[in-house]
Amino acid sequence: MDIAFLLNGESVTLANVDPTRTTLDWLRDTQGLTGTKEGCNEGDCGACTVIVADDQGTKAVNACILFLGQINGKSLTTVEGLSKGDDLHPVQQSMIGLHGSQCGFCTPGFIMSLAAAHHNGDDNHDDVLAGNLCRCTGYAPIIRAAKDAAQRTPDQPFDPLPKNMPEAASAKDAARPETVDQLAQALMMSPHATLVAGATDVGLWATKALRDLNPVIFLSGVKDLRDVQITDDAMRIGAGVTLETLRRVIAPYHPHFAEMLRRFASVQVRNVATIGGNIANGSPIGDTPPALIALDATLHLRRDTQTRAIALKDFFIDYGKQDRPPGEFVEAVSFKRQPDRLRIYKLSKRFDQDISAALGAFNIATEAGVVTNARIAFGGMAGTPKRAAHVEDALTGQPWNLDTIHAALPAFAKDFQPMSDMRASAEYRLKAAQNLLLRYWHEDQGLATSVLEVQS
Amino acid sequence: MSVGKPLPHDAARLHVTGQARYVDDIPTSANCLHLAFGLSDTARGVITRADLSKVRKSPGVVDVLTAIDLPHANDVSPSIHDEPLLANGEVFYHGQPIFLVVATSHLAARKAARQAQITIDPRPAILTIDDAMEAGSRFEGGPVVWSRGEASAAIDGAPHTLTGAFEMGGQEHFYLEGQAALAVPQEAGDMLVHSSTQHPTEIQHKVAEALGVPMHGVRVETRRMGGGFGGKESQGNALAVACAVAAQRTGRPCKMRYDRDDDMVITGKRHDFRITYRAGVDDQGRILGLEVTQIARCGWSQDLSLPVADRAMLHADNAYHLPAVRIESHRLKTHTASATAFRGFGGPQGVLGIERILDHISATRRLDPVDVRRVNFYRDGQTTHYGQTIEGFHVPAMTDTLLAQAEYDKRRAAIDAFNANNPIVKKGLAYVPVKFGISFTLTHLNQAGALVHVYADGSIRMNHGGTEMGQGLFQKVAQVAARCFGVPLEAVKITATDTAKVPNTSATAASSGSDLNGMAVQAACLTIRNRMAEHFASQWDTTADKITFDNGALSGPGGQSLPFGKAAAAAYEARVSLSATGFYKTPGINWDRTKGQGRPFLYFAHGVAVTEVAIDTLSGENRILRTDILHDAGSSLNPALDIGQIEGGYVQGAGWLTTEELVWDGKGQLRTHAPSTYKIPACSDRPRVFNVKLWDQPNHEDTIFKSKAVGEPPLMLGISAWLALADAVSACGDGYHDMNAPATAEEVLNAIERVRTG
Repeated sequence: MDIAFLLNGESVTLANVDPTRTTLDWLRDTQGLTGTKEGCNEGDCGACTVIVADDQGTKAVNACILFLGQINGKSLTTVEGLSKGDDLHPVQQSMIGLHGSQCGFCTPGFIMSLAAAHHNGDDNHDDVLAGNLCRCTGYAPIIRAAKDAAQRTPDQPFDPLPKNMPEAASAKDAARPETVDQLAQALMMSPHATLVAGATDVGLWATKALRDLNPVIFLSGVKDLRDVQITDDAMRIGAGVTLETLRRVIAPYHPHFAEMLRRFASVQVRNVATIGGNIANGSPIGDTPPALIALDATLHLRRDTQTRAIALKDFFIDYGKQDRPPGEFVEAVSFKRQPDRLRIYKLSKRFDQDISAALGAFNIATEAGVVTNARIAFGGMAGTPKRAAHVEDALTGQPWNLDTIHAALPAFAKDFQPMSDMRASAEYRLKAAQNLLLRYWHEDQGLATSVLEVQS
Repeated sequence: MSVGKPLPHDAARLHVTGQARYVDDIPTSANCLHLAFGLSDTARGVITRADLSKVRKSPGVVDVLTAIDLPHANDVSPSIHDEPLLANGEVFYHGQPIFLVVATSHLAARKAARQAQITIDPRPAILTIDDAMEAGSRFEGGPVVWSRGEASAAIDGAPHTLTGAFEMGGQEHFYLEGQAALAVPQEAGDMLVHSSTQHPTEIQHKVAEALGVPMHGVRVETRRMGGGFGGKESQGNALAVACAVAAQRTGRPCKMRYDRDDDMVITGKRHDFRITYRAGVDDQGRILGLEVTQIARCGWSQDLSLPVADRAMLHADNAYHLPAVRIESHRLKTHTASATAFRGFGGPQGVLGIERILDHISATRRLDPVDVRRVNFYRDGQTTHYGQTIEGFHVPAMTDTLLAQAEYDKRRAAIDAFNANNPIVKKGLAYVPVKFGISFTLTHLNQAGALVHVYADGSIRMNHGGTEMGQGLFQKVAQVAARCFGVPLEAVKITATDTAKVPNTSATAASSGSDLNGMAVQAACLTIRNRMAEHFASQWDTTADKITFDNGALSGPGGQSLPFGKAAAAAYEARVSLSATGFYKTPGINWDRTKGQGRPFLYFAHGVAVTEVAIDTLSGENRILRTDILHDAGSSLNPALDIGQIEGGYVQGAGWLTTEELVWDGKGQLRTHAPSTYKIPACSDRPRVFNVKLWDQPNHEDTIFKSKAVGEPPLMLGISAWLALADAVSACGDGYHDMNAPATAEEVLNAIERVRTG
């Protein structure tokens, strides 16, 4: 594949490269730009954070799972390109002055995350840095540096998206469709191609499973997959919408959904990972499928010129098996506008950037003290994201009180026989799932239930 | 005056601009080869067939080695030669290296390594503490026992007795830079090795053995590590030896770095422990007699497990006087990765053990946990259970100061009120003291060397045996050198650690880096300084002791003054040697590890912490809300770097006891071998409010500018987070929480259940 992009402001054209080579390997091994580090090679530590800018914005991204094919037509900035000579960026100055580095290995990644946030005016430092692990400092001095830098502007403005953007190489390429129609055609020509959107999971197939992913079809150029339509009746979210965009879009309607997405993954992952990828990937955990199932979402699929819509819950047939024949792809997901009764509880060992042991999504409507409609779905409790049908039945039509909740708890064992793994035991999963229903009720009564909202 | 200033890390500017160079960043020639190990998929067994033909045919493969291809020693053990580089027909843990692939790229080597067809006839594997205890699988034959007085009789005669048992998990180092080495063949068979190691001399020693050359044929250079934490004390040996052997065979530079998953599977971690105890106490909770059994899972090879287990025994008292005590230590040999050094080196396990016992005492006797600790505190002049006299014990005074600063009593009352009004979320508050012994317990390791050059322009180049892993050692020692010569810090060049410059060094470990190397550098600087002073004294008709080195100049009593650079040039022209070695050995220590008696430590470092947490009683999820710390770094060489060690150590310690859970399956396979499954603290997990202060009192011992070691001790302050979680759990009912570590959400929820049903 031919690829053209800007590297630290300079035009780069690569001919005939493997589009699934990671940007990190290319930077370090071919370009000798070793400031960008490999810490984990799976997008969890952030040592490889770089800045990618295009007409969608300026974003921190993990280079270790960013394929070269994904940066075509974009502007890539590494730590070497952030500042020139003695003129350091404010985040660099503050990190030096306030002792934000010790061993220094994670530091370039922190610098790039902070620089992207500085550029975007984002001062939620804990969230900005949720995807950057540091083992030395305990983070306290880094946060002090971030706060300090936020007060200052660069002497030499950092411009992640210079005017001299190159034309993306070879637009007429089956591997790089630009419309949904082109994608549908490309996939009919090559029905077993690997679809690559953000590559936050597919990337690991390359870096960890060492699989050859070719042929690949890159989705990031398909503009009409990125549509979000909000009408009085429904929300329709294109499969190519990133989780970060979704987080911003959905926050006014379902704030718990947005909060779940905040914890679901780091900024670097949310910036590229897509809702379509998270669904089509078929993970038994999610995290968006259980939340969307609780919203009674509809999945829009397309194969060639044929489209169909199914209930999202029916897409997940069994572990590793979805209702999607070769050549078909996820086009969008939609759900009806509804009063916000959605609460999502994500249980994981760590709050930020961790895969759920279990995630419960509760959407329970009441009228005059009676449960009129209960939609409850879980990830991490079965081979697929799954509704808690027995629990829903036990609640529906009953008075909305603690007796009803307690009476419904045994039904969890009918809906779920979870397994034990490194994230949690089966017993914990079942017990905690029951308790999450109690949490929903208590929260509905106005009780404080979240340790994240408690202060010293 | 450079000493005592809060100067930034010497490489901070290089860190933030991406210019700081780590092993994998060193430019290599185009013919450099890359290595990967093929690993065992079985915990214990005999290799019956190893078909590596597909590996050899894999693209880019240049060479494939098994044990029989190794020309000399097949051993990377730091202790008793029980750790082959490549398996010798048998495998002893899941992840053990069996063969070595040499290829033209890192990726090609990794891909090829997966092409092997290896058949292993499995044998019964000893995986857990219970397995090993049942099989009697131990290092050193049997348990090690140290005692003072008649513990059993003291317990039996005490007004109250209690017994208990609990488990604490191990800990993955998760240095951000994985293990890495690069070997570059030199002329005449010599080898240059760049290694990410805390122990260049050990690398030199193991590489020399493997190449069959004297140590003078191997030079090891370490500029910096991307984190070590003990994980690079011995665990880098395998990569360095593999690179050197392959480089010797091929005549080409060879580089090896573990992919993160391989790193976590192959290398050792902190030892997990089970601790059982029986204590006899009086009405105030004073311990009259104590029996403790410490059971450590050491893994398949001995590595550093014996001194680790010793240090756990040495810290079974923490800050408390144990008048009658018996400590029994089991060092279990299991078919798991060999547990290794990790910041604190057994000390944290020992300290958590006694803190859990005191927690149990205060909970069951319904006593205030701070009061119980106070009545048990050491007093100066008392001796430890191993016979060392307590001197300069700051913990009681530090405790009073910290509890006042942290408004402990007021917050205790507020938390109790909060808990009474909140059925779902509960808060907890806990205090912990730390007393940590400073010196290597293997006495001969307490030595260090340095080599200092003053050039004719007055610039200074400083070498010593310590390694830089982020702790700021190089900066601290440079501050010492600058102070000795009275020059600005910029005059001192910090260089990579190099076995050709300073030989026979000890690992940078046991918090000893600045204590040992600071003294050695000072000695070297003073030698040069004295020569210069003698020279100018004769020139200026005075005596050497009247010559001062300050403000970048040499000055004499008659108003003579020369800028340091000019003085260096003049000294050179007068044929004064401006290069010197320095040496230091820790005085006054002696230790008989068999008897468990002596003075193993030059002194103790102290710290105290108070942590407040919140737990969700429905899910067990938890959060650290506030932490207050007062820590004793003596007269700090660099307060900014020391506070960095304290903040980082605390968070690492809290991580060990909360989210960091290592999970092995029933076949001995580590299931948490990447950051996706093994969760070190993230940014938002640090305490929401985090107040760290230094207890600014000079060390009573004659250490470098009266400072104290600070690398390991603060890690144990994280125990206050675990105790605070236990306190919050205890607010849910009347039973004892009996909580294990790590206190994951699941463990907290289980503990709540025990408190409610207890």
